[in-house]
Amino acid sequence: MTTTESMPLVVPDFGDHATVGRKLAIICSKGNLDMAYPGMILANAALGEGVETHLFFTFWGFDMITKSRMNDLKFTMLGNTATHLPQGLGGMPGMTAMATHQLKKQIQDIGVPDVPEFLEQIVASGGHLWACRMSAEMMHLDESDLYEEVEGIISAADFIEKTDGAQIIFI
Amino acid sequence: MTVVTLGDTRLHIDSEGFLTEYGEWTDELAGQLAAQLGIELTDEHWKAIRFLRTDYLSRGETATLRRVSTVAGIPIKQLFVLFPGKPAKKMAYVAGLPKPRGCV
Repeated sequence: MTTTESMPLVVPDFGDHATVGRKLAIICSKGNLDMAYPGMILANAALGEGVETHLFFTFWGFDMITKSRMNDLKFTMLGNTATHLPQGLGGMPGMTAMATHQLKKQIQDIGVPDVPEFLEQIVASGGHLWACRMSAEMMHLDESDLYEEVEGIISAADFIEKTDGAQIIFI
Repeated sequence: MTVVTLGDTRLHIDSEGFLTEYGEWTDELAGQLAAQLGIELTDEHWKAIRFLRTDYLSRGETATLRRVSTVAGIPIKQLFVLFPGKPAKKMAYVAGLPKPRGCV
């Protein structure tokens, strides 16, 4: 719309009132490098919009917060038709390492941080990280094995309780 | 695009209220825009605003929070304190720039 007549200043609606009380719960259940990003990107975006955000790491998603593995998530072509390459190629020795290296480079090239740094940014923005109790027990891991910023190892019921009224995204 | 007035100044803004003309922005205006958000500008705010203005000139797009933290060296935590709620959008508004379109 173009108007020629002047009117008083319009202040953008930053929706501060709309986001107060809005909550987002993101369940991260995958440990593949490519599947680690959607949850982190959504969490980061929600926090930037002033939305209270909780991430729950469960099953293979536990790798994202396990100190010995969070730097070393992998990407495989196997079972992923979106690479549009022959599936047999993905099973050859060294292909997963090569695909991982390539994906990490593409992510880095657009200025998106690696997994530990991204989690650090999410926490700095006010996000909450929670570890799944059942996963910890299954994998024989405790708090000392996890990224320091994880607030606690909690049950699924605890998480549901903490995220009362939240919108939930399962990845 | 809409033309609005603030005191004697005529400003071009988009449908949400963000300034669209880089050259219409002044230091004084930044103070007035910040006041609309209930923010009083300190040296720390100015460091972020100056960075956004310069960075926009060289890159043609508004820096994201991550870029302000990694390139200008202002921790993300601090940006949330300086521009509460939606820091990236509020910073861009005060700096007279479009809201950032980057994801991260």
